[in-house]
Amino acid sequence: MKLHLKIWRQKDANSKGQMVDYPLNGVEEDMSFLEMLDVLNEQLISKGEEPIEFDHDCREGICGTCSLMINGRAHGPDTRITVCQLHMRSFNDGDEIVIEPWRAKAFPVIKDLIVDRTAFDRIQQAGGYISVNTSGNPVDANAIPIEKDVADQAFNAATCIGCGACVAACKNASAMLFTSAKVSQFALLPQGQVEATERVQNMVRQMDLEGFGNCTNTGACEVECPKGISLENIARMNREYLNAAVKA
Amino acid sequence: MSGLIKSSLARKVVMALSGLFLVLFLVLHVSLNLASVVSPDFFNEASHFMGYNPLVQFVMQPILIAGVIIHFVMGFILEAQNRAARGVGYVMYKGSANASWVSRNMIYSGLVVLAFLGLHFYDFWIHEMAYKYVEANPADPTRYYVETVEKFEPIWRTLIYVVAFVLLSLHLWHGFASSFQTMGVNNKYTPAIKSFTKIFAVVVPLAFAFIAIYHHLNPITH
Ligand code: HEM
Ligand code: SF4
Ligand code: FES
Repeated sequence: MKLHLKIWRQKDANSKGQMVDYPLNGVEEDMSFLEMLDVLNEQLISKGEEPIEFDHDCREGICGTCSLMINGRAHGPDTRITVCQLHMRSFNDGDEIVIEPWRAKAFPVIKDLIVDRTAFDRIQQAGGYISVNTSGNPVDANAIPIEKDVADQAFNAATCIGCGACVAACKNASAMLFTSAKVSQFALLPQGQVEATERVQNMVRQMDLEGFGNCTNTGACEVECPKGISLENIARMNREYLNAAVKA
Repeated sequence: MSGLIKSSLARKVVMALSGLFLVLFLVLHVSLNLASVVSPDFFNEASHFMGYNPLVQFVMQPILIAGVIIHFVMGFILEAQNRAARGVGYVMYKGSANASWVSRNMIYSGLVVLAFLGLHFYDFWIHEMAYKYVEANPADPTRYYVETVEKFEPIWRTLIYVVAFVLLSLHLWHGFASSFQTMGVNNKYTPAIKSFTKIFAVVVPLAFAFIAIYHHLNPITH
């Protein structure tokens, strides 16, 4: 198939970028979206032009590195998948495809389609941990019985891969879904109770400091999240936060 | 208060609580208005009570006005911050693919309601304040019904009111259920809350609109 690509090109963080048109022939339906970009990049390299930089690592939907806004949607038109799992059979011959980086003040563009998502790392560092004395600790974590449905909820929250699609899709560039998943995976378990109060306060404070927007419960994040992280987590984070405010 | 402005979650809670407070007020307001259709005498009595009871006038009324101001000022602050949080905008952004129109346009439905509130205050509140405190007219417990019905004689005012109620409906359609999510309520009752929101968001503004149209169609014959 033949495609008309419009791709964001930006030399570095300080340059002004712009959309550039790239016609591309010979794309096969069975290619993944990233393989399609690989084909384009090989053509660019053989012409002596600079290839388009985009983030990717595992290419099997588990690392959360790939991050593209495709035709106005985070990770493209399909749901519950990352860009690396998107295939060209989701497009038609002759389609125009607009490819942009995640847009958020807290995710500045580094180059072309790559953005800096270390804001997420800093939110995680602010409270996404538990204190366990690992030296000579005789208690096995599995020795504490956890109800199946609670364990499932905690596990579901923990499946967040930190891709940032929630921020990219949200009209407010809010990071509430990510932060709430990271709060929830601990809040649900007994091991997470020790730091519960400070955790939610510190993580929310860091989230705000990074310049993410305020949630208005549109639910866009939940729809675009490749891991199906649910809005229930945001409600849980709000509860945790209100509880912490009452305790403090 | 500065703490409230600093935390995104606290700002949301302020938004939700002030919104829920306004929802409660709407219930009271629409019930009273319905009286103007059913029983003019009761409407006069109730309006007179509200207009001259010191608790209503000097405690509840200021709280209500504060609630409205807190709600829309916080709404503007959130909107400004949310726009700034995007930074460079998308060339292509399909908001409709993952979120409802009403949820994405709360600021616009809110702005129309705010503009309407301006007119509504001018129509009733300013008039009332002038009548009571500036012109210092004597209390007249029978004037409210006539004054209200006369307001809806011009078609333009009736139409503006009806359009505002449509926008209020849209605002509530998202806002009511959304405030529960903000307050941390997302559980087995959520589907019921969402259904109730839809019924409420239609029935209450529809009742307001009905009353305006009813008075327009049934003018007082002199
Ligand atoms: C004065 C004009 C008004 C403006 C400018 C305004 C604006 C807003 C904005 C921007 C939001 C936040 C969007 C969101 O959370 O999704 C909101 C939420 C809300 N508004 Fe209003 N609004 C106004 C009047 C009203 C009135 C009269 C009511 C009710 C009778 C109301 C009820 C609500 C509710 C329940 C919410 C949900 C809070 C939440 O999501 O947590 N608003 N409003
Ligand atoms: S919540 Fe979903 S969309 Fe957001 S970072 Fe985690 S996996 Fe990605
Ligand atoms: S490259 Fe790892 S999730 Fe897409």
